[in-house]
Parts: sequence; C-alpha cells; structure tokens
Amino acid sequence: MSAAVVPGDAGRGGLRVRDLRVDTREGVPVIEHLDLDVPAGRVLGLVGESGSGKTTAGLAMLAHTRGGLRIAAGSVVLDGTDLARLSETELRQWRGARVSYVPQDPTTALNPALRVGHQVREVLDHHESGIAVAERWRRVQAAFEEVGLPTDEKFMRRYPHELSGGQQQRIGIAMAFVTWPALVVLDEPTTGLDVSTQSLVLKTVRQLTDRHGCAAIYISHDLAVVVEVADEIAVLYAGAVVEQGPAAELVGRPRHPYTSRLIAAVPDLDGRRELKGIAGAAPSPDTRPDGCRFAPRCELAIDDCTRELPPFQDVGQGHSARCIRAGDVRPAEVRDRMTQAADETPEPLLVVEGLDAGYGPTHVLRDLSLVIPGGSCVALLGESGSGKTTLARTLAGLHHQAAGTLRFSGEDLPFGSHARSRAVRAAISYVFQNPYSSLNPRRTVGDSIARPLRVLRGVDRTTARRRAAEMLERVYLSADYADRYPDQLSGGERQRVAVARALISEPALLVCDEITSALDVSVQANIVELIDEMRHELGLTLLFVTHDIALVRNVAQQVAVLQGGAIVEDAPTERLFTDPAHTYTREMLDRTPTLAS
Amino acid sequence: MTIGRVVVRRLAAGVLTLLVVSGVVFAAGLLLPGDAARAVLGRTATPERLEALRQQMHLDDPPLGRYWSWIGDLATGNLGDSVITQQPVTQLIGERATNSVLLMVLAALVATPLSILLGTWSALRRDRLADHATSLGTLVLASLPEFVTGVVLLFLFSTVVFRWFPAVTDATRPVLEQPAVLVLPTVTLVLAVSPYITRMMRATMLEVLDSEYVHQARLKGVPERTVLLRHALPNSIGPVAQVVALQLAWLAGGIVLVETLFAYPGIGEGIFQAVDNRDIPTLQALVMLVAAFYVVVNLLADVIGVLANPRLRAGAR
Repeated sequence: MSAAVVPGDAGRGGLRVRDLRVDTREGVPVIEHLDLDVPAGRVLGLVGESGSGKTTAGLAMLAHTRGGLRIAAGSVVLDGTDLARLSETELRQWRGARVSYVPQDPTTALNPALRVGHQVREVLDHHESGIAVAERWRRVQAAFEEVGLPTDEKFMRRYPHELSGGQQQRIGIAMAFVTWPALVVLDEPTTGLDVSTQSLVLKTVRQLTDRHGCAAIYISHDLAVVVEVADEIAVLYAGAVVEQGPAAELVGRPRHPYTSRLIAAVPDLDGRRELKGIAGAAPSPDTRPDGCRFAPRCELAIDDCTRELPPFQDVGQGHSARCIRAGDVRPAEVRDRMTQAADETPEPLLVVEGLDAGYGPTHVLRDLSLVIPGGSCVALLGESGSGKTTLARTLAGLHHQAAGTLRFSGEDLPFGSHARSRAVRAAISYVFQNPYSSLNPRRTVGDSIARPLRVLRGVDRTTARRRAAEMLERVYLSADYADRYPDQLSGGERQRVAVARALISEPALLVCDEITSALDVSVQANIVELIDEMRHELGLTLLFVTHDIALVRNVAQQVAVLQGGAIVEDAPTERLFTDPAHTYTREMLDRTPTLAS
Repeated sequence: MTIGRVVVRRLAAGVLTLLVVSGVVFAAGLLLPGDAARAVLGRTATPERLEALRQQMHLDDPPLGRYWSWIGDLATGNLGDSVITQQPVTQLIGERATNSVLLMVLAALVATPLSILLGTWSALRRDRLADHATSLGTLVLASLPEFVTGVVLLFLFSTVVFRWFPAVTDATRPVLEQPAVLVLPTVTLVLAVSPYITRMMRATMLEVLDSEYVHQARLKGVPERTVLLRHALPNSIGPVAQVVALQLAWLAGGIVLVETLFAYPGIGEGIFQAVDNRDIPTLQALVMLVAAFYVVVNLLADVIGVLANPRLRAGAR
C-alpha cells in the first residue's frame, strides 16, 4: 500500500489469525475456525449481525475476552508475536501501543472525569514514558490534528461531555492511533453518528491506516459502510466466517446465500433493488445447528448442507465461501427504478402551520409548515440536532412548549396530549426509537399491547387480550408471545411488539421515530417491510422520522428535509433523489455509503 | 450551574430547613409532658413560687409570641439561660459541642477511609470469599443498633473480658486529658456508620469497574493500579460522598445514645439530660445545633458531589 514512511513504521508484518476459538466458561464455542490475514496498511471489514460474535472476534485480536469467555485455541500473530500466548503483563505492553481498540459508543468509553487531552496522553505515558512530557503533548496534538480535531490548549482541557458525538469518536480514534500501532480494531465506530460525521470518520480511518502503514479491522453490521473503508471483507455468521474476499468483488458477486441476503437488506440509494429482510434470527452459541449454520434460514439449503460445516470453496479472485452451493448463489435482482408514486388526490390528514417549538429559552423549531397527505408515507429526514424528534413529539402530543397551528382531519389539534380527546389520542400513535427501553420490562408483551385498547377505547380485558393476540400474528409473531416479557425477545421482535402496540388502537397516523436505528440492517429491512405492509392494509398515514437517506427512498412518497429546525426541502421522493434542490440534500446524498463502490 | 450558585441555593434551602426545624422543636417543647417550673422547683414548691417562676420564664405567654422572641434571640446568638444551672446556654454548649465534634471527627476520619478501602477491596474480589464475608459482616453490623454494639464492646473491652478501656468518662476532667475514654465510643460509631458506606462503595465501584471506560483503559494497556486509582475511584467517589455525608449527619443524632451509654459529656448526653430535667432552652438550643450540623454536612456532600462530576462542575445544566 501507499504507506508513507513515518516514525514507528518499520518491519510491519501485519496480522495473521489461525484457527482461533473463543469459548464460554461451559466450553460452548462463541467463535471458531477463525482465520484472518490483514497485511500492514490494509483494512479488513468484519461484517455480521448482532450475536454473530463480531465484537468477541475483535477483542480477541487484543487477546482480550469479555467476562465469562476465554480464548480456547488458535493463534493471533501480530508482527511475528502470538498474542494469545502472552501473559497479562506482557499483553499490557502491547495493548494500546502495538494493537489498539476503538469502541462502539464513545459516550460511555471515555472517562467522564478526565480531560480529553489527558486521556489521549495517558496512552503515551504508559507506552512511551521514555520521551519528554512536552514531546508527548506534541504527539497528542499531532494525533488530534490527524483526526480533524482542534489542537489548542482549551480543547485539550475539555471533558468528554463538552464534545459532540462525532468529536468524541474522533478522540477515540486519536487515542488508538497516537502510538502508531501495527493493528487497530474499530468496533462499529460510526454506528449512531450522522452520515456527514460518519463519512468524515471513515475517511480519517482510511487516511490514518495508509499514512502509518497500520493494519485495521473494521467491524460493522452494515455492509454499505464497510465497503467504503475496507480492502477485504469477511462475513461472520453465528461465530464463523462464511465468506471472504476483496470488498468490491464480494459485494458485486456474493457466493454465500447469507451475504447475498445481507446485501438485499441494505437500503439502495438508487432505489433499484427491493429492500428485503432475512426471515428468522441468527442462532445463539448454544443453539447452533450442525452443518452449515445458515441452512435453516437458507432458500438454497439441501440435505447435504446439514451434515457438516462446509469447508471454504475457492471461487476465484481471492474470494472464497463456506457454501456447497456457492455456484448457485445469485446477486440480488436489480429491477426498474421504483416509483413511489403518491396518491392522486390526497386529502391532507395533518397540516402544520407556523410551528415554533423549543425547550425553555432554546428554540428548536422555527416557523415550520408541513402537510401530511392521508394514506401516504412522509419521511422526515434530518441529522441529530435538526429538531426532527422534537417535531415528531410535538405532533404526537408529547411536547407542548410550542406555538402555531396543527390541524388533524380538518380539526384544530391542541399541543399537549392531555388537552386532546381520547379519540384523537387513539388516532395518532407513536413508535419509539429504542425498543430496549420503550417496553415496560415488568409487563408481558400481551399486556403492553392491550393497554392502549383498554385506556383509549375502553375495551374490556378479555376482548383486549384477544385483539392483542391477533395483533401479534399480524406483525408476524405468534400469539403465544403474549405471555412473554420484553427481555425474552430480540431487538427486532421487540420493535414488532412496539408496532403492534401502536397499531392496536387503529390509528390514522403512525409516527415512527427512528424506529430502525437501534437495529441491524437485516432486521431493519424486516421492520420496514412490516410498516409498509401495514400502511397498505390498514390505510395508515405514516410520518417516518429518520437520518438515513437511503432508507427514505425505500419507504416514503414524500420527503421533508429538516436542517436546524426548518424544512429546507419538501418534495416527492423521486424528485428529491433525481433532482435535489437544496445543497444540504445533495451533500447528504453524496456522503451516504452505498454498495456500488 | 456553577459551584457558587449551588452553594448559595443550598444555603438558602438550609436556612429554610432550619426555620422549619425550629418550629417543630418549639412545638415539641410545648408538648413535653410536665411543667418546666415544677421540674426546676421540685415537688415541694408552693403555688406562689411556681407562679412567680412561670412569670419569669414567660410560660403563660401565648406560644406564638414566645416562638418569635425565641427565634429573634436565636438569630442574635442569645440562646437563653439553662433553667437548671441558670448559666447561659452558650457557655454550657461550648464544652459539650467540642467534645461531640471531637468524637464525630474521629469516627468520620476512621470510618470513611476504612469503608472506602473495604468497599473497593470487596468489589475487586467480587463473588469470592472475601466479598461474601464483607457483605455478610456489614449486613450484620448494619442491622445491630449502636447501643447493642456499644454494650458488647463494653462487655468485651472494659468490664467482663478485658479491662483495657474505661467504661465511663470522668466528667470533671477535660476529655483530652483522658484520651482512652474516646476509644470505645469512637469504635461504636465507626461500626455503626461503616457498613452503609462500605456497601455503597462496593456497589458504585462494581458499576464503575464494569463501565466501558474502565474496559477501554485496560485495552489501552494502563496498569491495573492506575485503572483503579485514576479511572475507577474518582468516578465512584461522588455517590459515596453523599452516603458519607448522610452517615455523618446521622452521627449527630446517633451520638445521643452512644454518649449516654458511655456517659460521655457531649451534645447527645446533653440532650438526654435536658429532656430529663425539662430544661427547655438548653434542649432547643442543642437540637437546633444538631440540625444546623445536618444542613452543613449535606451542603458539603453536594459540593463534593458536584466537584467529583465534571458534568455538573462545568455547569452544563
């Protein structure tokens, strides 16, 4: 690679992992048969859904395991040294210095009580204690500069909470690169960041690996993001790599059915590929089937698939797949551009005029106007801080520090939900962003779903329970889920329950606030399919709040782009994508990662 | 919110608290059974003498008027005279307050570091024998009333088993001339407050040790000692400071029993005697003093809590 010669860049051997296995304390393998090669200066993308073992694999590169796990077999060779055989004391010399880790959530991974400059310098204090303190500060400054952060004293003295999410993540990256390591493991470092911040972070990672000739492993559940940054991609499913190869080759010509389905689950910015989720869920470590682990969910599965774990088959171009039917796998179909045509004569369901909303002295929305036609899906697109959640909450009656007019079905709509009639409250439903916190953990799923019926429609207990069971089947969960508690459900299942709860009062308008942002791409596709189906079947009107422009093309007929509390563009979806009028929209389109690289 | 504003706001709240307390204390004084004048003069007093004394003590004035004049005196530092000794209450309190503060400071100085160490150690040995033993031990101690602990200590170390420390204080000599008398009351108080601080320290420490930033510090190759001292400890001190303050505040009331048990001439024993003697002015002054101490300690806890948390310190709401 184009590794410019920099201090610390000598004798780089890269990473070589062989037959690595990580077990639980009971001896159940969480990951096994893991072979990876990452030469210096290259980036390997490690892709997998939650539960695939990707974080476990990433931490194993530092010979570290989370509580209850242990490295049971295999080697992790970095620059000729097998980290899996080093003692904790020896490993301490390596971690942070020669191999470093960038965690997923910078808001929890930075020490809230330490100034950011000190947190980065600390790495040098322990690993480069030979150099003078002033020189260490200069190194920290250089690292900050490399990731595009301010380098002045004042910034160095800030605390993590005084920084934005993007800045915090760049601190994490600066911390990882400040010692010029041989390997950096990045674990979903852009999940939760806006596209513009994400593209900056991705660019920075690429630049740094090139400049320092360092090997990197980039872990993500989102193939589109990984393609942007990686040279090679390895796809992890249920603890084993199922396919690996050069990034563009693997995405363009997937040879494992799972990869192919994963690609179909990525929303297509061009709108030429149908968004399709993967039915079922990945097995947990102790329920993994014999043979190919994907077989139970695979459309191509034959009897032979369940005999033994298929070996890697070389399919050419440095590309291999663990599939005995690799030759039969076809890439996702490309079809004519979707036309998400709007209804011809849409009656406006909700009209917003001159809306101002804020929190105390802070204004979030200014003089905002929006028309939501009945029966369609309107996407509200914006980055964090744009005011999209405030708008959604105001419309749903959850926020009442607002002024202006709202009209719903031609009637004036008051701001707070307490001022609204029961009928109106039943007619506007809300699905929250995080299914892990929006369901009451002490209430069964059935109770949670039946509740709106009992409160808003005054339905008796027995009928409500029967209706809840019906609703569960409608959202493709079986009726016996009614007696389960939220913690027995996966993230996708929980979000289905949240949708069922929102739909049971038969609303006219469903407000979906970033309902897929806490979910894997494959699960996201399933939820989006479900929402779309419900819209058609029940004649719902949707307000789909999101930061993901690619997703918008696949769900909405009309898009309102929100920036700094104002709508800067409001257009039919097709026109927004073919002829974006506002520079902000164009920027977002440019920065969004796509599979077509 | 800057630290200055925190202090000002909490101080204002503190003054309000004291005002409410003063009302309650005063009302309690009215409700106390028995007659102060009779308590002073004894059973043999003639009705004329009683009436004269009542006049002198303003016992027949309307309560509200008495309350206001008491508050006014209190604000100007005039605590009145003891009805028993006829000495100014301030003079009486002075020595007792010093003795009590000495006892509390000693207990706090021993209990706080001891509990923080024990809690941290217990957290580090999570689910091992040491941890379980600490949990059980602190639970047992926490459920024992301090007078029981005190009696057991007396039994063990000053009367029946060993005779290492004196059981009571010689009230005629200053406490500092007989330091041995401080040992058993201090140990009793330490055993009373430590369990709570230890358990809280263990809980917050466990939480912090499990946090992402502690994991991240380890993955940075930071030695375990530094992980503990630099990353874990400062983040677990905040919540513990609140508990320490609550326990200190409890000490102010808790010493009543302990001082009485060891006949230690402090505020607590003073309150006990004042109640016994119907010495209302002394009683009121002592209780107000305890309340003021409570308010100040809680203020300090808030300040430490803010200082330990940069998020609050910098004033981002």
